[in-house]
Amino acid sequence: MTQTKNLSKKQNGVAFLFLSPWIIGFLMLTLGPILGSMYLSFTDYDLFTAPEWTGFSNYERLLGGDARYLQSLKVTFGYVLFSVPLKLGFALFLALILNRGLKGLGFYRSVFYLPSLLGGSVAVAIMWRQIFSYDGFINQFLWSAFEIDAPSWITNPDYALGTLVLLAGWQFGAPMVIFLAGLKQIPQDMYDAASIDGARPVQQFFYVTIPLLTPIIFFNFVMQVIGSFQAFTPSYIISDGSGGPADSTLFYTLYLYEQAFTDFRMGYASAMAWVLVLIISAATAVSFLSAKHWVHYSDEN
Amino acid sequence: MTTDINEITEKSKARSRLITHGFLVFFALIMLYPLVWLAVSSLKPSNIIFSDTSIIPRHFEWENYYRGWVGVAAPFRTFFQNSFVIASLAVVGNVLACSFVAYAFARLDFSFKRPLFAIMLMTIMLPVHASLIPQYILFNYFGWVNTILPIVMPKFLAVDAFFIFLMVQFIRGIPRELDEAAMIDGAGPIRIYFSIILPLLTPALVTTAVFSFIWTYEDFLTPLIYLTSIENYTVPQGLRLLQASRGANSWGPMLAMSLLSLVPLFVIFFVFQRKLIDGIATTGLKG
Repeated sequence: MTQTKNLSKKQNGVAFLFLSPWIIGFLMLTLGPILGSMYLSFTDYDLFTAPEWTGFSNYERLLGGDARYLQSLKVTFGYVLFSVPLKLGFALFLALILNRGLKGLGFYRSVFYLPSLLGGSVAVAIMWRQIFSYDGFINQFLWSAFEIDAPSWITNPDYALGTLVLLAGWQFGAPMVIFLAGLKQIPQDMYDAASIDGARPVQQFFYVTIPLLTPIIFFNFVMQVIGSFQAFTPSYIISDGSGGPADSTLFYTLYLYEQAFTDFRMGYASAMAWVLVLIISAATAVSFLSAKHWVHYSDEN
Repeated sequence: MTTDINEITEKSKARSRLITHGFLVFFALIMLYPLVWLAVSSLKPSNIIFSDTSIIPRHFEWENYYRGWVGVAAPFRTFFQNSFVIASLAVVGNVLACSFVAYAFARLDFSFKRPLFAIMLMTIMLPVHASLIPQYILFNYFGWVNTILPIVMPKFLAVDAFFIFLMVQFIRGIPRELDEAAMIDGAGPIRIYFSIILPLLTPALVTTAVFSFIWTYEDFLTPLIYLTSIENYTVPQGLRLLQASRGANSWGPMLAMSLLSLVPLFVIFFVFQRKLIDGIATTGLKG
């Protein structure tokens, strides 16, 4: 009898016992630090002497006084702008091919997914750096096949960021798997109905497949944008820890790392972290606002 | 007449299938070639890695593996040990803490449940950089810099919230009748968690374990910040050390250790590929 009564009663004691790891973690490692970094962003702090209040001066410097910071913004936006469409383009293209009921789907899917799994590692970044170096295998191939004497991709400021974009593109597997799952959700009746109405495959693609896939495209887009802004390891390893040549691969996160943990400008780096959070939030918000115009949700007619 | 047309469409279908397979195989080879190149190069003498373009090494330079393993300042065995200890503890932490929390969100009734759940979901999207610096200051204050605690302890506090979300979704799929039956038998929430939910949650726990291991094993930023002395370095830091200290003929050992560092990931990939792919497909976890 008492047990059935318990069903409708709040179980605060035991519930907060189960929640306690997360609540402690949230207060101590998320909320506290976020507020802390907001405070620090208005100070000068080198970890050894007490933080010194400097008002908005860190933010003022970010807005114009720091050429390397502006360069890191340029590099990061360039990276996001090119790597996200490249990755999603490959992912969607191959998902569409794989969704045509071919034999060996599982095999191809695994092969294409593998680089996504390995791609974030230092080992792969080292490999990439060697492949695109002056005497790496890309240039060997260009020379033996076309007698082109290509530059060193890694140490040329015009091309170094391009190698990082390609490395991101190589890792299209995870969004491809998500696209494939989305394509499988599209009911066959939709295609049947369309073909009864006389829609040819191309029309089915543009009027059935793509509209019904837009929620997945949107999801992948948002996740990739958020992730790309935070990329760190490839830029660190491929530029040998410097963001070079000539700061051409100086990712936002790399510059932040350098300011915080090499130069111990914790206050300035905190301001940078806050601006990064704002940039990512703004990018997400813009995506959500734009979604109204192109994302098709099945429940709204 | 109709059979003829059928035959023709059948034939052209077969041809288009063949072309598609041809394209996919070609594309797969391009995708995998960098890894093949890495494997082959790791077995060539350092001075000819870039001049000898053959795909099959003339002789196998196992020396690269030996010299890489011995390492520059510390043996690679140390880095592998450190990485495995850290990644295994991260697995235990995430599995335990996230399943506790997920159970509360999915099954128990408590005050402020909705706002807390919303906050939990928001933390999934939050970039790590938002809390990175004050966390460092805090752990430095605790005297934890150059120990594994700053890397491992957060996992025991369920900081990787997407695993909570994954498990909440999974627990919601477990029939409530099971809980109620146990309740009638006099079991409280704690016993229900251990004797009913936890065993049935195994598939989600495996997914969590696999992804926790991979991400912690690959993570470079956190060890880079916290682990400062070489004997505490993880594998990615060990590779970076080889890269930074390279001489003219250290390419071979560096590539050899790079490949070796990927072996645990290959093993996980072959054993758990279905799990990995389902995990990504159903929850949209990053790969």
